[in-house]
Amino acid sequence: MTDGPLVERLRGIVGTEHVVTHRRQLATYESDGLLQYAVTPAAVVLPGTSDEVAAVVRACHEAETPWVARGAGSGLSGGALPVEDGILIALSRLRRILEVDIPNGRVLVEPGVTNIAVSQAVAPTHFFPPDPSSQIVCTIGGNVAENSGGAHCFKYGFTTNYVTGLELVLPDGSEVTLGGPELDHPGYDLLGAFVGSEGTLGIATKIWLRVVPKPEAVRTLVAFFGSTVEAGEVVSRIVAEGIVPGAIEMMDNLSIRAAEGATGAGYPVDAGAALVVELDGSEAECATRFEHVIEMCEGADSVRVAKDEAERELIWRTRKAAFAAMGRIAPNYYVQDSVIPRTRLTEVLAKIDELAQEHDLQVANVFHAGDGNLHPLVCYDGAQPGEAERAEELAGLIVKVCVDAGGSITGEHGVGVDKKRYMPSMFDEPDLATFQRLRCAFDPDGRANPGKVMPTPRLCGEVPGPYRRHPLEQAGVAERF
Amino acid sequence: MHVAEAPATREELGAALAAAAEAGTPVRFRGGATKLGWAPPVPPGAVELSTSSLASIVEHNAGDLTAVLEPGVLLADAQASFAKAGQMLALDPPDGGATVGGVVATADTGPLRARYGGPRDLVVGMRVALSDGTLAKSGGKVIKNVAGYDIAKLFSGSFGTLGAIVELSVRLHPLPPDTSTTTGSSTDADELARGAAALAGSALEQHGLDVRWESGRGTVLSRFAGAAPRPQAEAAELLLRREGLSTEIVDDDEALWDKQRAAQRGPLVVKVSGLPTRLPDLLRTAGELGATLVGRAALGVYWLRLEEPSAAAVERLRHGWIAAVQDRPADLDVDPWGEIDPAAQALMQRVKERFDPAGVCV
Repeated sequence: MTDGPLVERLRGIVGTEHVVTHRRQLATYESDGLLQYAVTPAAVVLPGTSDEVAAVVRACHEAETPWVARGAGSGLSGGALPVEDGILIALSRLRRILEVDIPNGRVLVEPGVTNIAVSQAVAPTHFFPPDPSSQIVCTIGGNVAENSGGAHCFKYGFTTNYVTGLELVLPDGSEVTLGGPELDHPGYDLLGAFVGSEGTLGIATKIWLRVVPKPEAVRTLVAFFGSTVEAGEVVSRIVAEGIVPGAIEMMDNLSIRAAEGATGAGYPVDAGAALVVELDGSEAECATRFEHVIEMCEGADSVRVAKDEAERELIWRTRKAAFAAMGRIAPNYYVQDSVIPRTRLTEVLAKIDELAQEHDLQVANVFHAGDGNLHPLVCYDGAQPGEAERAEELAGLIVKVCVDAGGSITGEHGVGVDKKRYMPSMFDEPDLATFQRLRCAFDPDGRANPGKVMPTPRLCGEVPGPYRRHPLEQAGVAERF
Repeated sequence: MHVAEAPATREELGAALAAAAEAGTPVRFRGGATKLGWAPPVPPGAVELSTSSLASIVEHNAGDLTAVLEPGVLLADAQASFAKAGQMLALDPPDGGATVGGVVATADTGPLRARYGGPRDLVVGMRVALSDGTLAKSGGKVIKNVAGYDIAKLFSGSFGTLGAIVELSVRLHPLPPDTSTTTGSSTDADELARGAAALAGSALEQHGLDVRWESGRGTVLSRFAGAAPRPQAEAAELLLRREGLSTEIVDDDEALWDKQRAAQRGPLVVKVSGLPTRLPDLLRTAGELGATLVGRAALGVYWLRLEEPSAAAVERLRHGWIAAVQDRPADLDVDPWGEIDPAAQALMQRVKERFDPAGVCV
């Protein structure tokens, strides 16, 4: 269908130069950040305005063709993996910051604006708290689709806590506004249902975000311990004291070695664990609490307190480099994103170690220790026969250990294609069928990002059973929303 | 007219709901019955399903700062229990006698919303019963989780019109060791709003930021909590003085905030939201309507309490504001919600039809 009537129509909407159909150029879009999966779409279309997005989606709807929306393509669950013979709608041209309203703490952006650009637009007084490690490239549209978190979400929350309004294109090409710059619009919280729906309910073309004042003071330290168990005990003590750090992150030995190789921060490469603790807030509160945290780290082999912004930045750069630096340990890695109740950390890490040994593979652990969001990186060499399969199997077993401990298959990367097979480990059939009800209300034909999130394909069908209007509604006295 | 049933288990509640749906009988869910008047009147022949027998704290995982609750647990009981571990569910709407299920279903909030968000931000998992007999869960028990759709947000504030909330997993927060509140008063609406704006835009980490306006006089309340609240309270005082307000620091501050909460109830209460910078307009309108106003200055969410209920006052507030009617006399003829954007309403209708195909959850 490469040059069929739909592609012709798309060219008419966005201009020939913004429709990609050449095989070699399409290759750019065949994977997102999860390179293990690749699918070539029929065409990639790059609309330049929200009206063009709506026209493109309408054209797909009328041609009964599935589509996938894509931001920066930095997602780690294959959420932006194209559909074969489908259209990939790349939103990278929609990158204008439309309004910055500091007095009201609001920003209106298009979906292709990067996460970091929002914080930059409201600096120096304000910031946008969700800060995924990919924040330099990842887009707000992608953050909305995935409900992105980041290192600071233990204290500040996730994308969903900062979106106040959305202009959407629904899968039939119609447009709807949910919420706005103000809070508490009447009716169901469809905004809350949309954020984190992984591109399966529609495309956000304008996004109102809440930004907040930057804290007065920030104090950051990194403490090195003999083991993750010791570091984990310090995390427990901090939480038990009622301290809510801005961020609290842990890296195990393998991650320390990889990250140290990348940034040369001077970390001890024989340390069993590095614990990054950042407190923010008022000067007085920070000072009091930070002294306390340093005391709690007394069992550490060494503690480095960031003396200035440059040292703090280095600690964060080293932490955020851990994923990319894993290439120093192994040619390939497979990243998981499971969550556990934080108190089960020691036990779960021990089980991961055991499984890694059984599979004769190395697993590096980098995680958000405050909220129990682990990022086990299963290292392997794809060139060795059978190793990729073994890594995938190990990754699956790690997910199972986390779910069995009362956790989740994904904390921030999303289900996408990668984790949909694990959905039945968390959710039973009635749960999945209930998710599908929401999906069907937005996308009865199932054309928005099909094949993601749900473990098996599902159809919507008609609304089951007759809908009876309430007598009061018939009388116009009351209305359901 | 209504038969109140109190099923003993969530399965029984689900079965009772399904049976009612089968018979085409409208159903209303009942928690602590503190906000029944917020919804349209119960249609004749409807049944009430009470959550009063679903009142267990199923889990309190203190080390994980999470809990699992049945919907009929009284909010006050849950708080008393969490407080033993130095923790709280950061929801503080005004009621004595409200259940957690009812608070979530109505998305009711108090001053803590300024810091911690509302029910939608604190519920991390939910089990629901639907009118076709389905019992389903979403989310989980961990504070960070993006697996599956966020059905809990859909049900928060849905007033039971999609189905029943039969279990909730919530995120908890540490109870602050100490608090201090700075108040700033003025009889000038613009001055008061400038004081509130200065605090909202400041780097101070506030546990609450409220305003109050009553009989031509207003107060900004800025609360600090933690190990060392006083220095921040003093910094807030400086900011308010700079804007010309008369200030005071109150360390024993609970009564101040109780009073804020209490003003969210009355003969007629309209919850109004708008952009925070529009506060002076709203203060003037409140004055003209003879209303008492309390609200969250940084969020732009306020409650106007009118001693003499009138539909005209509600209409007036709907000009330029989002206004939802909460407490009101049964005979006051007003639409509780006001206008909803037609495209959004059509989408909401489709959601309603999918979750409650029998259309019995009212």
